[in-house]
Amino acid sequence: MSSAFWVILAGGIATYLTRIGGHLVISRLERIPPRVEAGLNAVPAAVLTTLVAPAVLTAGPAEWLALIIAGLVALRGGLLSMFIAGAAVLLLARHFMA
Amino acid sequence: MAGQAAGERSILSEYWHGVRFGLPVCIAVSPFGLLFGTLAVENGLSVFEAFFMSVAVFGGASQMVGIELFGQKVAPWLIAFSIFAVNFRHVLYSAAFGRHMAGWPRMQQAIAFFLLTDAQYALAESQMQSGRKLTFARYMGAGFTGYLVWVGTTVLGAIFGKLIPDTSAIGADFLLPIYFLGLVMDFRKRPLWLPVVAVSAVASIIAFRFVGSPWHVLLGAIAGVALAVILPPSRSGIDVTPAQPVENQA
Repeated sequence: MSSAFWVILAGGIATYLTRIGGHLVISRLERIPPRVEAGLNAVPAAVLTTLVAPAVLTAGPAEWLALIIAGLVALRGGLLSMFIAGAAVLLLARHFMA
Repeated sequence: MAGQAAGERSILSEYWHGVRFGLPVCIAVSPFGLLFGTLAVENGLSVFEAFFMSVAVFGGASQMVGIELFGQKVAPWLIAFSIFAVNFRHVLYSAAFGRHMAGWPRMQQAIAFFLLTDAQYALAESQMQSGRKLTFARYMGAGFTGYLVWVGTTVLGAIFGKLIPDTSAIGADFLLPIYFLGLVMDFRKRPLWLPVVAVSAVASIIAFRFVGSPWHVLLGAIAGVALAVILPPSRSGIDVTPAQPVENQA
């Protein structure tokens, strides 16, 4: 096996450790303190926001329009409908605003 | 016998529910899988090594960083460490989501943690959020399908990379932010949603500018989580809802 193979394997094992590690640490606690629980409950919104916010900053008008429309659709519809609406607006806006 | 058949049917329908629920992720990650496969081969990996990296690591951003370093001939341990560093944010998902799999058999948990990517974490939390029971079959329906799509598109990209047209013309490069925005909106009924989102947004943009990607994910998330920790628990809805509100039966 090439050296790349072993590097990739090590990277894979390291990644698995990050994916199981947080749970292994938390599960050692007898009871989760309220503040830790509040923090854990905030993880999804906090993480997902960081995946959107910088992209908004570096994007242009077509992307902003797509996000605004998709965000409005999300207030009423489900995830799939907002996703399709956003993708459609993005496609049209890039075509006509470019 | 009839009960067993019904059980199998419901496992299958749970699995299909997961597949359908994860479909937007599959569509959104496909261009990135193709791109990764293409770039991996351009950076000197063989088709098998590109395939193996998607199989073993299953994390887009870290794989991109990995092949970038392979191209630069840096020390092997540094490549593995960089992959670890880029994926370090998964510690948060693991800590936050592990609670919800408490009822699953150990082997199922071990497999589920392997698939716990950004998107899979978001899907799983979103299932919990909607008050539905998240079964292992449903989790795997979304997670394993996403895994197959990621590995499959990697191989396609590695073999046919040169033939793939510019994906930004069809908007493929901005599908993930749209999708993640949808997931952010899914959590809007949670206590402290707006302040957490606002703080994470500002912190991640600052970190993106001054520290760089992918650290903005970890730093931005830590800022939002810190706010929820610092504010009194009564503001976080903790004393209203008892700890561990959702019981999972495997």
